Amino acid sequence: MKNNEEDLTMPVNVTTDTFKKEVLESDVPVIVDFWAQWCRPCLMVAPILEEIAEEYEGKVKVAKINVDQEGYLANQYKVSSIPTLYLFENGEVKNQVIGLMRKEDLIKKLGI
Amino acid sequence: MHDVIVIGGGPAGASAAIYLQRSKLDVLLIMKDHGTLEKTGHIDNYWGFEDTMDGKLLVEKGLKQAERLGVKIIEEEVIDIEKDLMETHQFNVKTDKNHYEAKTVLLATGQSKPNLRVKGFREYTGKGISFCAICDGFIYRNKSIGVVGNRKFMSEELETLSNFTDDIKVFTNGHELMVDVDKPVVEDKILEIKGDDVIKKVQTEHGEYDVDALFIAMGTPSANDFALRMGALTDKNNIVVDDKFMTNVPGLFAAGDCIGGLLQIAKAVSDGAHAALALNKYVRAL
Repeated sequence: MKNNEEDLTMPVNVTTDTFKKEVLESDVPVIVDFWAQWCRPCLMVAPILEEIAEEYEGKVKVAKINVDQEGYLANQYKVSSIPTLYLFENGEVKNQVIGLMRKEDLIKKLGI
Repeated sequence: MHDVIVIGGGPAGASAAIYLQRSKLDVLLIMKDHGTLEKTGHIDNYWGFEDTMDGKLLVEKGLKQAERLGVKIIEEEVIDIEKDLMETHQFNVKTDKNHYEAKTVLLATGQSKPNLRVKGFREYTGKGISFCAICDGFIYRNKSIGVVGNRKFMSEELETLSNFTDDIKVFTNGHELMVDVDKPVVEDKILEIKGDDVIKKVQTEHGEYDVDALFIAMGTPSANDFALRMGALTDKNNIVVDDKFMTNVPGLFAAGDCIGGLLQIAKAVSDGAHAALALNKYVRAL
């Protein structure tokens, strides 16, 4: 893989600066995971999202937003409980899921 | 450090403890009351009792049996269970009086009770209503927070939330306050949670209070509350376990009513036995 190419089989870390490009202007639907290091359920949802990123390679992208560092984005999207996962399609929120759940339930609730 | 801490002294917990003790593991059973069976006057469908059996008495007999076989039993209220973030095999179980350490934990705390049953509760869950201060408290830095509860569980959550804001009210929802708190207390019953797309107000019998968030820590923590804090999977009101009765958190097991299925003594005893056998293998492989 070339350095300037993204590895889409892994979740990408997104910041306020890259949000537009990575999420709003993405060609494929994006699961956005609002998380924090000290939130245990967030740490448990991470490997599930890694699996989804790999299984849905090219069809769905997984993006992670650290709410500690990106308070602006968390505020803007009214994140009130973490983990909060949004599914963005064509720049708009299509679905929202709050809390840790099984992979199959997560896929179903997100509607991917 | 104990090999296993069993939380709950009902048919699942006591059965597991008996099997674990007989496998020569160091097991500690922590319990706070007799659970659902305390109020079950007549048990007629459980094997082996010619006459009807009283639920509370059956639980007591099970605990005495466990004690006779060498199980250490203590009556304390478990407030929190922590697992080291590093992948060490160590759980810290915090009760209202002490701390205990174990390599594994078995949750056998019975069915997780449904939470606050008021209008708006479901609607605002995840939209300002939270069940975990350590998870969500930071989001409400310098905001107005309500905490619902009346015991140690609530005061622990209150302490965590105090790191984020001074503007906190305690709602006991009609229950007597059992702990000392240094925040304003509203003792009347909660009637409704109000808001627009997020929570705004708590309506009680005698007043209305502005809040940006409401943290629920009613009574004592349920299996679901422990699961949430440790990142264990739940499905509706039940803990999700694999065929070895282990959750997705390595070393955290669950059995009995808290994992759902048939809410019967026979099934809880069976769960306890199966979980104990799996725990024995797990501990010996560490």
